Amino acid sequence: MADPKPQHALAVRLQGIVKSFGDGNARLTVLKDISLDTREGEIMMLVGPSGCGKTTLISIMAGTLAADQGSVEVFGSRLDKMSARAVTRFRAQNIGFIFQQFHLIPTLNIVQNASVPLLIQGKSTSYAEKKAKEALGLVGLGDRLKHRPNQLSGGQQQRVAIARALVHDPKLIICDEPTAALDAKNGQLVMELFENVARTAGRSVVIVTHDNRIFSHADRIASMDDGQIVEVHEVVKGKPVELAGH
Amino acid sequence: MLLLALRMLFGDTAKYLMLVVGIFFATFLMAQQAGVFCGLMLWTTATLKNVPAPLWIVEEKVEQVNETNPMRDTDVALVRSVKSVAWAAPIYSGIQRVRMADGKFKVIQLVGIDSATLAGAPVKMLAGRLEDVRLPHSVIIDELAIKRLSLDPKNPLKVGDSFEINDQEARVVGICDAMTSFTGGPYVWTTYNRALQYSPPQRKMLSAVIAAPRPGISNEAAAIDIEKQTGLRAYVNGPYGSSPRDFNASTVWWYVKNTGIPISFGTTVLIGFIVGVAISCQTFYSFVLENMKHLGALKAMGASTFMLCKMLLLQAFTVGFIGYGIGLAATSGFAFGALKNKQPPFFLPDIVPPAVLGVIFLICTLAALLGIWRVARLEPAMVFRG
Repeated sequence: MADPKPQHALAVRLQGIVKSFGDGNARLTVLKDISLDTREGEIMMLVGPSGCGKTTLISIMAGTLAADQGSVEVFGSRLDKMSARAVTRFRAQNIGFIFQQFHLIPTLNIVQNASVPLLIQGKSTSYAEKKAKEALGLVGLGDRLKHRPNQLSGGQQQRVAIARALVHDPKLIICDEPTAALDAKNGQLVMELFENVARTAGRSVVIVTHDNRIFSHADRIASMDDGQIVEVHEVVKGKPVELAGH
Repeated sequence: MLLLALRMLFGDTAKYLMLVVGIFFATFLMAQQAGVFCGLMLWTTATLKNVPAPLWIVEEKVEQVNETNPMRDTDVALVRSVKSVAWAAPIYSGIQRVRMADGKFKVIQLVGIDSATLAGAPVKMLAGRLEDVRLPHSVIIDELAIKRLSLDPKNPLKVGDSFEINDQEARVVGICDAMTSFTGGPYVWTTYNRALQYSPPQRKMLSAVIAAPRPGISNEAAAIDIEKQTGLRAYVNGPYGSSPRDFNASTVWWYVKNTGIPISFGTTVLIGFIVGVAISCQTFYSFVLENMKHLGALKAMGASTFMLCKMLLLQAFTVGFIGYGIGLAATSGFAFGALKNKQPPFFLPDIVPPAVLGVIFLICTLAALLGIWRVARLEPAMVFRG
């Protein structure tokens, strides 16, 4: 397990996480006793080959999947001890999501899409849309508020997804392959946004990625293989990132 | 979130319209077919409406008004002898054939009424005088007869014209408003004695006796007295189902039990239900499946299963209300045309619209439950699996 820097508070602490799927002979253990910490203001990347367990790990971290064993602590709250309903509420309050496929609702304009997390929290539509417009302004889409997702480029759609992830001011942001559908330029723009998000507001950003072009934006990179963390690499700014297998 | 659900629904125009069309079809088929069925059943009691009298006395085995088991003419006097009866009059009712000037034959519903009292005469005269029916060879026809018995639509049958009933002259002295009969033949009124002359002779010719109770005696009590003292069957002619002896209800139930009409219309209503279920459930399920990844994303972002279920229910019931409204409006349009033209039969009892709404709610609930079943089993982690 890699210890977080002492000057930063813990954001996420995973200890002894085990997760299996299937039954009997078909049972497959995809996470094998994983422990990992992330801290506030940090961008943590999870890398590794397909099928190594990255997605399962962030699902457990985000509370969308329960671990078979181990503890999951997010900003001081033990998700593994909570009821399913409480975990759902916790996610709504504290976690922002950015999905690989964006998952923007095509029949809504981008303001309505970005306002969704606040609506889930039970905020009024007018308040949620006001905050959504502010968030969209932050990601540079203030002039396209009436557009629907299919009227935007992939990079712009990803920025809408980022605005949606930030609109309710969550402490933890979980990103699944955020640059996979973007070209190099848009990928860098998106990562600069993430850096601002993490550094300025003390949020913790966890990113699953295969994209080695963005490794330099991380503070630490955890390499996974066969359901285990094989290396946690501290990224030194200005120095090239060299990971085994990448 | 509920507003968001509506925006998601209205945003998918093709699915939304398909859902509305499905519910519209179901509503229209169920309400319109129920209306036509009830209208047809109402027509079976047309003679009771066109020959108004509080009491109808018929042969003891008669179960419905269009069934005529002839009685003896003396039965009128027998009914009059009952103390609780204020008056009684004979009625002849039978289907006869009219020969047109071009040699064609048409069927009519011939009604013979008491020439002295004119009891059983049409309620609303549109042309001519009721009293003139007492003149030789005189008849009063209804509006339908103008359509059916006129050779040239440009020169319709009118007061003063004549035609033949079983080779005997019938001169039109009046035109009245009447409900269309179940057999489709127009109503023709004449005096009782002349009706017997128009009809092929039989040993007994009296179809029914109409009567009224004395003041202070209910129809029901008078009917019981008549049955006790005459051995005939006495029915009450009041609002549908107002009495256990109601002739209207007895007539309608006879047709329900003894004809295939309810099965025919019931099948169409069932098809309406099945069409509604099939189109709505299939389309709504497909709508939910298409939105599954978005619903999964909402669930991952913290939307509870209960909230998502509420969204699905709102979407299903919104479509249900809109489709039902359009379906009922279309049924009203059909009813307007049917009542204006007096064809086809149409009568929508008060219970039908809420009953159809209940069925539409059932369809919407089934459609929503299919979606809820999927959403309840939806793992929020699926959104990370691409």
